[in-house]
Amino acid sequence: MNFWLELLLKLALILAVMLPGALVVIFGELKISAHMQSRIGPYFAGGRYGWAQPLADGLKFMQKEDLVPAAADSMVFRLAPYIVLMGTLATYVIIPFGPDLVVENLDLGLFYLLAVSSLTTLGVLMAGWSSGNKYSMIGGLRAAAQLIAYELPLVLAAVAVAVQAGTLSLNGIVASQAETVFTIGGFDVALPFVLKGQIIGFLIFVTAGLAELSRIPFDMPIAESELTMGYLTEYSGLRFTMFFLGEYAGMVAMAAIVSTLFLGGYYLPFVDADLLNVVGPLVLVAKVGLMCFLFIWIRWTFPRLREDQLQTLAWRWLIPAALVNIMLTGIAKVVL
Amino acid sequence: MTQVDRNSAKLPLGGLLKGMKVTIKAMVTRVHTVQYPVVKETPVPRARGVIALDPEACTVCMLCARECPDWCIYIEGHKQEIPPDKEGGRVRTRSTLDRFDIDYALCMYCGICVEVCPFDALFWSPDYEYSEFSISDLLHDKERLTDWLETVPTPPALEGA
Repeated sequence: MNFWLELLLKLALILAVMLPGALVVIFGELKISAHMQSRIGPYFAGGRYGWAQPLADGLKFMQKEDLVPAAADSMVFRLAPYIVLMGTLATYVIIPFGPDLVVENLDLGLFYLLAVSSLTTLGVLMAGWSSGNKYSMIGGLRAAAQLIAYELPLVLAAVAVAVQAGTLSLNGIVASQAETVFTIGGFDVALPFVLKGQIIGFLIFVTAGLAELSRIPFDMPIAESELTMGYLTEYSGLRFTMFFLGEYAGMVAMAAIVSTLFLGGYYLPFVDADLLNVVGPLVLVAKVGLMCFLFIWIRWTFPRLREDQLQTLAWRWLIPAALVNIMLTGIAKVVL
Repeated sequence: MTQVDRNSAKLPLGGLLKGMKVTIKAMVTRVHTVQYPVVKETPVPRARGVIALDPEACTVCMLCARECPDWCIYIEGHKQEIPPDKEGGRVRTRSTLDRFDIDYALCMYCGICVEVCPFDALFWSPDYEYSEFSISDLLHDKERLTDWLETVPTPPALEGA
């Protein structure tokens, strides 16, 4: 097939997965948060359960004026949302939805993933710096400090998985979670990594992942009570929508990555490889839904951490724990 | 002072789990919110929704207008001469109500006018659906106030009656 045509198709496919995914998660957040606060949430948009609320919000944002503050560095300011969205979109490239259902099965998948996911940090920093607003700048700097601090435990937790799987390819990681661990009464039992000794790694990865997404309890960069909205303060209209969409698309991506690394990805026991291409996406979507629910649940339960508590948690607890986790995984890998 | 239960969060990070238990419980509990235009709650009979006027009972004594803390009641009336029933009787005068307006944009629903009315011409009605797009439309005239009369619930029976 023509290279460019293939590229275009893949891009369309990623968008077709990302946009509905983000919208569904936004709606889920609206509804779940409402019920957690003894409210009903969206009710009228779309006729039933307010299902069209995210779409209506999007339409509303599109009609708003796209403001660029006079003090802003216009070019950088305009570019930042694209970079954030692009960084999030790029992570979808290597997420496997089935043995063959992957946009690009890179051998260095995990490496690529961690590399492009830090691209969003750059976008956030650009947004904060270029807004010409002190709140935005503090927010941007906080985001940078936070994302650098939590990139480490995230990478280290992923390293332990890579060590155990013996590969950096996400397809390979899923495949190694599909290997038979033991057999009971003729049934081959395969365990995901979270049950194969990576429970600490899983917890570290989810915590660091939440911080990467700047979600409560790690939302200091956009803390609305102290920084109005951090780096988002000056954004409006379509550009704000991009940040908003990027945030939720990032949440879906993070959930998919956690599912792939720790929860067995698309794999379902007792289903052979051909059928997995059909069932796999559904399995992955179910796991992503579960993880997104966990993220939302955490968000609507905990208060925001203080800035120093945030750094303490990363440098004094998560990183040492992740290092010990790698060491133990390495020893286990050699001994067993 | 309440005693803090220190045993509840002994597990490391147990406090986090406890918090999450609270939110998940709230999530599965039925929400008591009623979606207003679709579902309507019936207000209790004594609810202070709107004030209804019985123009037949009103004697234009102006007590309500004078007691009203917001001065939101506007009353105008005139004296009318009633011819004597029998020959040689005295000509009596009677006050007739020309205007009785309540400005609900000003009203604070204290109910002093209802309390103070010596002739039982004012009543509380639990009806509350009279919001308007324009604030000037909240001035209810005599006819409108009389219309509210049919929404006034029958008063409860007297105790020991």
